[in-house]
Amino acid sequence: MEFRSPEFKTRAVHALHDANLQKALSNTKAGFVVKRAQAAAEMPEFEALRDTAAEIKDHVLNNLDHYLEKYEAAVTAAGGHVHFATDAEDARRIILGICKKANAKRITKGKSMVSEEMSLNEALIGEGYEVVETDLGEYIIQLADEPPSHIIAPAIHKTKDQVADLFAAAHNKPRKTDRAALVAEAREVLREKYFTAEVGITGGNFLVAETGSSVIVTNEGNGDLTQTLAKVHIVTSGIERVIPSLDDLSVFLRILARSATGQETESYTTFSTGPRRDGDIDGPEEYHVVLLDNGRSKMLGSRFQDMLRCIRCGACMNHCPVYGSIGGHAYGWVYPGPMGSVLTPLIKGMDGTYDLPNACTLNGRCKSVCPVRIPLPDLLREIRHNQFRQDMTPKRQKQALKLWRYVAERPKLYHFAERIGVRILASMANGKGKLRSLPFDPGWTGARDLPAPTGRTFLELWQAKRGDK
Amino acid sequence: MSSRDTIFKAIRQGLGRGPLDDAARKQLDARIANPPQHIRATVDDADLVARFAQRFESRSGTTERIASLADVPAAVAALAESYAIAPSAVVGTALGELAWPEGWQIDHGAATIDVMLGVSLAWRGIAETGSILMLSGPDRPITHNFVPETHVVVLPVEHLVRHYEDCWVALRERGQGAPRAMNFISGPSRTGDVEQTIELGAHGPRRMHVLILG
Repeated sequence: MEFRSPEFKTRAVHALHDANLQKALSNTKAGFVVKRAQAAAEMPEFEALRDTAAEIKDHVLNNLDHYLEKYEAAVTAAGGHVHFATDAEDARRIILGICKKANAKRITKGKSMVSEEMSLNEALIGEGYEVVETDLGEYIIQLADEPPSHIIAPAIHKTKDQVADLFAAAHNKPRKTDRAALVAEAREVLREKYFTAEVGITGGNFLVAETGSSVIVTNEGNGDLTQTLAKVHIVTSGIERVIPSLDDLSVFLRILARSATGQETESYTTFSTGPRRDGDIDGPEEYHVVLLDNGRSKMLGSRFQDMLRCIRCGACMNHCPVYGSIGGHAYGWVYPGPMGSVLTPLIKGMDGTYDLPNACTLNGRCKSVCPVRIPLPDLLREIRHNQFRQDMTPKRQKQALKLWRYVAERPKLYHFAERIGVRILASMANGKGKLRSLPFDPGWTGARDLPAPTGRTFLELWQAKRGDK
Repeated sequence: MSSRDTIFKAIRQGLGRGPLDDAARKQLDARIANPPQHIRATVDDADLVARFAQRFESRSGTTERIASLADVPAAVAALAESYAIAPSAVVGTALGELAWPEGWQIDHGAATIDVMLGVSLAWRGIAETGSILMLSGPDRPITHNFVPETHVVVLPVEHLVRHYEDCWVALRERGQGAPRAMNFISGPSRTGDVEQTIELGAHGPRRMHVLILG
């Protein structure tokens, strides 16, 4: 996927003025946010499950080499192949090799954010393969030639009318406006693709070391058709997604859907373990797992290790006021919102990602809903700290901070400046109680007013009330 | 150095240690062989069947109680008639020999693109979430679960358990490792990808009916 994080500011402004996007984003709150809150409230064990999930992930990360070896051995014993890829290029090379050997022409794909990290579609299409995304949301944005804007709801930014236009143009059929008719049309078109594809590529939400199984969690069943009907099944996942046992998995099954969509469970939780067995009359003949590092191993033992607990549920972005205002595309790469603002600088580097950790109000809602308790605001602050240490902070901001620090360290001067400041602001408000524009930051008052101070500082009022000095 | 070696080296470097010693490895292997029992959802219902049905139906699935395996063909035929589905189905041989009404075409092979109805035997049912667990095998083709527009599943009550974890115990007792494919299915296929509004029958079955047997 193309890297456009350096354009964050312009893309964010564009998003704020995109009426269709704003309409689509307004659905998120009523949908995901309310449903998650209900699901969490209905389960007395939910908070304890979050603690346990975080503990299991920490245990795995501290012993990651061993669990990867166990997982690899179990997959091999089941007749499958595990491939390790250090970076996106390495992964593309491995997957292109498998597709070539399979004599593939058509490749179906279930949803996989790791494959977006690999820029896999571009590479496959470049080699002449037909690539068909089968998750309905992914299919919609493939037709629109756009990247996903949400990790579990990739077409969340599209309205029904936009989908209708895309289908009418691509399917050569009369334009439908009914939601059910649109879903039925996609079902019909994609059905033929499943049955004729030589290779099916899916993601892997979890990798179970005990059994050598890859696990996907879906509602549509597209991942199942993708991996069952093609001759070759390729799983793409990250090295950090391994967990020890089926009993450990149960903990995650109880928190993933509730955190992501507010469902008690999705329609399908599917385990794949190797290729078709003796006597089986369906299922793939080859089974490959491509495990991507791409900067993950560097996070181990660092201040950012907690980020590797992430199970990609999307709760942090659903609850982020910044994501809710600008959507996922503004972030410019695979992972948007709070988790993406941590991951993108760590994977893609500090260059060109300056704005991401700074586009955060540190309100903490992401941390409060993260099912594996990743301290996202702390990690974002840590990246800001790194930016400052590397002298990346803009000069004007640095000077302003230095000035503030100078004054803040001198209480008498601070209170004096405060007294002057509130009086100036009060006189500027001219008795109206609010300021319509600020001289130094007209952007801040572009869409709102600044409540004006009354003319006295808090300290002055406090002292007057207590009657002392 | 291979990519595999590079990654393992980087992992150990990050963790600030070399390969784990034998004692540590043994301890981790013991954790896999004898996994810790974590917190579960409370399932204190006296009537597990009622809980299963209520949960499964909350996600637009339907259920029906039948007394014996011999009742399956009639129940399937009635369902087919009510939805105007042609009398033809793919049926896993795990269900054994069933006496189908006259005029019914029964196929035990993999589901092809035109198949409209599948009938399968569940391996377990989970009361906690109202889900069924399907295993793959020569007598349980996995395509039957996903290709047909309507999927009927037979769940014997003695195979209805409380939690996911009860399935793992049964699976380990079965002693053949994990089957090629294993599916928890909790209702018809659904999507919320058009304006976050749920539509059924995205790619998998539009309709799911569980015949609770016993």
